Amino acid sequence: MLGFILRRLLLVIPSLVGLLILTFFLIRVVPADPAAALAGENATLAQVAEIRRQYGLDQPLYVQFAVYLGQVARLDFGESAYSRRPVALDIKERLPATLELTIAALLFATLLGIPLGTVAAVHHNRWPDVLLRILSVGGIAIAAFWFAIELQLLFAMQLDWLPLRGRLSPGLTAPPTVTGFYLIDSLLADRGEAFADALSHLILPAFTLSLGALATITRFTRAGVLETLQKDFVTYERAQGFPRRALIWKFVLRNSVVAAVTQIGLLFGGLIAGAVVVETIFDWPGIGFYTVQAILTADYKVMLAVTLLIGVIYALVNIVVDVVHGLLDPRLREED
Amino acid sequence: MLILAKFGKDKAAVLGALIVLGVVIVAVLAPLLAPYPGDVAASHLTSRLKAPSFEHPFGTDNLGRDILSRIILGSRGALLIALMVVGIAMLIGVPLGLIAGYHPGWLSETIMRITDVFLAVPQLILALALAQLMSPSLESAMLALTLTYWPFFTRIVFGEARRLKVALFIDALECIGAGKARILFLHILPNSISPIIVRATIGMGFTILVAAVLGFLGMGATPPDPDWGLAISESRQYLPDAWWFSTFPGLAIFITVLGFNLLGDGLRDIVDPRLRRSR
Repeated sequence: MLGFILRRLLLVIPSLVGLLILTFFLIRVVPADPAAALAGENATLAQVAEIRRQYGLDQPLYVQFAVYLGQVARLDFGESAYSRRPVALDIKERLPATLELTIAALLFATLLGIPLGTVAAVHHNRWPDVLLRILSVGGIAIAAFWFAIELQLLFAMQLDWLPLRGRLSPGLTAPPTVTGFYLIDSLLADRGEAFADALSHLILPAFTLSLGALATITRFTRAGVLETLQKDFVTYERAQGFPRRALIWKFVLRNSVVAAVTQIGLLFGGLIAGAVVVETIFDWPGIGFYTVQAILTADYKVMLAVTLLIGVIYALVNIVVDVVHGLLDPRLREED
Repeated sequence: MLILAKFGKDKAAVLGALIVLGVVIVAVLAPLLAPYPGDVAASHLTSRLKAPSFEHPFGTDNLGRDILSRIILGSRGALLIALMVVGIAMLIGVPLGLIAGYHPGWLSETIMRITDVFLAVPQLILALALAQLMSPSLESAMLALTLTYWPFFTRIVFGEARRLKVALFIDALECIGAGKARILFLHILPNSISPIIVRATIGMGFTILVAAVLGFLGMGATPPDPDWGLAISESRQYLPDAWWFSTFPGLAIFITVLGFNLLGDGLRDIVDPRLRRSR
């Protein structure tokens, strides 16, 4: 198993090297004058020249690439033109907010999607199945930014049931940072009112973000359960008079979720991309909101760091998926 | 004919095909169908933010323009962007996939590693970054979407070409001395066309969605374009009073994308016999 994990880690290296080359290319070659781009819009000529020397932009490209690799290795991405703070520090502070949001969305999608998919498969081609199929295709077709605005319109502005934006109401102070997840930190600090407030702020963004994932998990669970239902062991158990309910929820489901688990891993990457849109609408102080601010204000250092970060998260998630897959299905470990 | 009969039985796919057909007709006849075709650029400040009524079934926007007309006129832009992006991405991605799948070696490895890198970053983020680097405009947005969509085609065609390369009829063609280009484009390409069509159909819907996000974030269409994403972005400061301003353009996006997705789903079930059983 250890060998399997190591092989998977090695396979990621070419992708990461490629990602470094791509980001280097984006930042140094695509803009007409990268020094001016890095310096920002209001920089003087002297500042641009200083940046050109500081970043070694007067050196040949291969020297620049070596320098760039060194900076990335030290996590030295410079200072954000927008917040005037080191980019690495900004990211470190904002990452927990995004992770809390995406994990909440993923949990919701999994806990709802697997039962829904099973129900659809059991009622194959009858109305629950048709209804769920329409909903799951719709969940992928809906524009998240629009759906988020409509949710705000209904639940925050008209009905006033849930807060409109942010992570915590203005009057409350954030719980002391342990994990960076407000839900966990407020419980650790024994602050019930902060927990309730953070939870009410989390509901709308997490629900919006979970839609696509919910649709995908439902579909894959349905397909998996349908396939397992045709297996011989199911026919045998049914012939034996085994209670149908227990058969489906215990044995069939356990044999059907492998494909859905793979999807859960792959979806995590998609959720990070979705967070870009959702965080912007709900003013959620995470990486996605930060990314949009950086792109809109042409803050190149932040764009670079965030693209790299998301690429690395993608790669790591894929390794975890492969490993979980290998644990669930030992045959996969021997294939390569 | 057998395929048509099979397709006809899939009600969701037929619904998707009808929606797509409807959107295409609306886009082609847009200037004739829109009640106020002049509302692309005009403004009527006396009738701004009017609720839906008989004269304006979807209400009016912040400049008093008829929202129904602008949604109808906006369908042209949405379809055109999606067609261009998916079409050019196919022109880039398909040949690369064919070459990489048929020719193992350093060229294939290089192409596929580049493809992997592009697929390793979410398309939306890469497209946003590229559009900003090329200075934001509709053309930049389209170019950015194309540059980030071709790897999806390369990945699919690569798999198909590698599978077909060892097929008996390709061996036979090689034996009788058929040229490489002939084998690739006259034999392997036609045999892998179905997954390409499925991907392109779903890609149309997907591109309309991402293009709307770019428009919403101000990295795509510019005022006074009747762009759906842009309209939703403009509507935000008039909420909650002018609910119709954000609701109807979003519904237009939803219905159009739903049409392409249902159609693509139905096509995939027909094309891939392995999935048929689970239907």
